Amino acid sequence: MIEARALTKVYGDTTAVDGIDFQVKPGLVTGFLGPNGAGKSTTMRMILGLDLPASGTVTVDGRGYRGKVWPLYDVGALLDARAVHPGRSAYNHLLSLAAANGIARARVDEVLEMVGLTSVARKRAGGFSLGMFQRLGIAGALLGDPGTLLFDEPVNGLDPEGIIWIRTLMRSLAAEGRTVLVSSHLMSEMALTADHLLVIGRGRMIADMPMSELMARYSGERVEVRSADPQRMAADLRAAGAQVTLEPDGTFGVVGLESRQIGELAAERGHVLYQLHDVTASLEEAYFRLTGESVEFRAAAPVAA
Amino acid sequence: MSAQAGTVPRRGIRVDSRLRATARSEWIKFRSVRSGPFALAATALIVVVGAWLLGDSNRGSYLAASPAGKAAFDPVFTVLQAIELAQLFIGALGVITVTGEYTSGLIRGTFVATPQRAQVLAMKALVFAVVVWACCTAMSFAAFFLGQSVLSPAKHAGIGDPGVLTAVFGAGLYLTLIGLLGMFIGVVVRRTPAALALLFGLLVVLPIVFTQIHGKFSSNVGEYLPGNAGEEAFHLLHGGAYALGPWQGLGVLTAYVAVAAAAAFALIRRRDA
Repeated sequence: MIEARALTKVYGDTTAVDGIDFQVKPGLVTGFLGPNGAGKSTTMRMILGLDLPASGTVTVDGRGYRGKVWPLYDVGALLDARAVHPGRSAYNHLLSLAAANGIARARVDEVLEMVGLTSVARKRAGGFSLGMFQRLGIAGALLGDPGTLLFDEPVNGLDPEGIIWIRTLMRSLAAEGRTVLVSSHLMSEMALTADHLLVIGRGRMIADMPMSELMARYSGERVEVRSADPQRMAADLRAAGAQVTLEPDGTFGVVGLESRQIGELAAERGHVLYQLHDVTASLEEAYFRLTGESVEFRAAAPVAA
Repeated sequence: MSAQAGTVPRRGIRVDSRLRATARSEWIKFRSVRSGPFALAATALIVVVGAWLLGDSNRGSYLAASPAGKAAFDPVFTVLQAIELAQLFIGALGVITVTGEYTSGLIRGTFVATPQRAQVLAMKALVFAVVVWACCTAMSFAAFFLGQSVLSPAKHAGIGDPGVLTAVFGAGLYLTLIGLLGMFIGVVVRRTPAALALLFGLLVVLPIVFTQIHGKFSSNVGEYLPGNAGEEAFHLLHGGAYALGPWQGLGVLTAYVAVAAAAAFALIRRRDA
């Protein structure tokens, strides 16, 4: 479990992370989405105690990272996969990390086997491909068999096979009850991997909700309705089992009923309809709407944060 | 994956003290790249071959020298002088041991595994100091014995003569301190070229600048430059206005290292990695 409270980071006169609150819960893959420069990596570095917050706190399992004596048993992280000395072998790279936390040598062989790098483990890492670096980084994250895992853009530069491998790995780590936080700017990748989403833009949390809810609210097929008495009609639609999102301008989005069913319901209950149309926005579009106009959107659609 | 859902994994934990684990990690890092052995081999080559060449060339000039020249002849410093060149390799090794981690980004991995940053730096310095001290002391002895045998029948020293053992050990300590100075400068500056420039400027350029400025003040201050002061460690004869002895000279150099270390420890804890 990762918990951030009013977490803030300031560089000079730029506020990179602006008082965000969030929880990353165990058993789920939580996607951390946002454009480049939104504050994802800064937040991850603060979780790992690499950057100190200007104010606020962030803890993993109730404790700040810098207070942990043997952190690799609690947290594994893949930040920049290329951050390996080019002259050092994969085996020695992992061995130095393992030794720093008193992890046995045998575990190094085990994680190398898991990520499929056993055959090149004794070679200098300088000759590795990006995909091999990513696998090495993941091996390092798994060393302490931690309950919390952080992956920063793990699929960058991977071939399709590698992408599927990472996706499967993250899902199985979460299925084992671990806390998994994965950042990405690839919405399509997130759609396939994440159960829960944190969307960040300009250092602020724009959305913090289950993937299903985000899909329902912003991207999946919904029907936009305008009627004479939105409150009453919304209540009727909810009673009929639909998910209804009221917007301040009186329109509301309906998920769970088709436009035909809504029209029939309106006729049955005597609602006057001004507008009834299907909206099919892609997840990607929704993401850009969320991040592109974060401030305006936040005002228009306050979400559970 | 092997862990069961909901369990707190504790795989292969070994009872170990935090300090020892950090030291072991730093030792693995040191021994698993080529720069360490390369710099130490280069140093040994320069110091030992240098002792042979210096002994050989000074034998004849000593025998032809005036009585005053003979009196001022320092058989220990003469054969160990190549350290002035070799120190650049040890200093550079100290620098790149840390700047290599910063420029590759590996430092983040190091701090994620060991958030106790002061401890990381302390153990890194300790591992470095022990290895460099052992190698440099051994090569200092080798250079001394080789140099003295080549120097004879000119004035030469035996290991049991007054001050000689101190001087030969002093050479190993001098190189170790230079390496540590490079390491702490590396932490402060974080970039290899800048750190090397600063270290070499301090060791090579500044002494030249001081000899170019005439006057009592500059030559007196020059005695207290880190390299000039530290070199007294492997002199048998001590000149200059202050006539710093071997331990006083090493003390002055240690003070410079301590200042760099204080800056490095303060910055490494406070700065974002």
